[in-house]
Amino acid sequence: MNKLARRISHLISCREATELVSQLRERPLSPLERVKLRLHLAACKACSRFERQLALLDEAMRRYRR
Amino acid sequence: MDANVFAAQLEAQRGYLTRVAVLQLRDRDAAEEVVQETIVAAFAGREGFTARSTLRTWLTGILKHKIVDAIRRRQKDPVFESALPEEMDLDDFDGLFKESGGWQDKPSDWGDPEAALARQEFFDVMNFCLEKLPPNTGRVFMMREVMELDSEEICKELRITPNNLWVILYRARMSLRECLQQHWFGGASRTP
Repeated sequence: MNKLARRISHLISCREATELVSQLRERPLSPLERVKLRLHLAACKACSRFERQLALLDEAMRRYRR
Repeated sequence: MDANVFAAQLEAQRGYLTRVAVLQLRDRDAAEEVVQETIVAAFAGREGFTARSTLRTWLTGILKHKIVDAIRRRQKDPVFESALPEEMDLDDFDGLFKESGGWQDKPSDWGDPEAALARQEFFDVMNFCLEKLPPNTGRVFMMREVMELDSEEICKELRITPNNLWVILYRARMSLRECLQQHWFGGASRTP
């Protein structure tokens, strides 16, 4: 990862990023939180995977309800 | 529709409804009771069922109210009152992240979601993972994801703050993904 991308992704930690990914399912994020999260996800492969994993969990629960 | 046929269709949903209610109430007897109430109410109100929704969706809607009533009735439950705060504590999640807030073990690629979601065994593992959640965490997660109560309703029912709720749901999701990683995506069960 280049230096700039690293700096951008470090505006929030992975831990904070995962908290936001979870919370956006319950509340709208603030514009600042949205930007921070988007930049983090763009630069962090691990957290993008986490985001996709939660999407899979959403879909699994949707089918579970049916 | 013929009443007997309808009764048989209701009966066929009893297993699913009981599973949902047990996860929610964490008490077999109480769960069977609300499911029984649900089936009786559904049969009595069968004129209200239209094919617009599936029978399961319709029944889950009725069950939701019965469960909320049951939770209200035992609102003073001391077990719930005392266990909830400790489940809201995030400290034991420190193992997942380093001091710096970076991942301890980075999430792996789960591949094509459909590959998992198309398998019945995946949902068996899912059920296992839901049952393994700490009692109140599981209860809150089910309220949100299966009963589809909105955040405000859940906070009101359980007398917790939105922040508490977010922490509990975060915990639930982190635990579920760990469990799925361990028992499905990381394990041997993925290959048929």
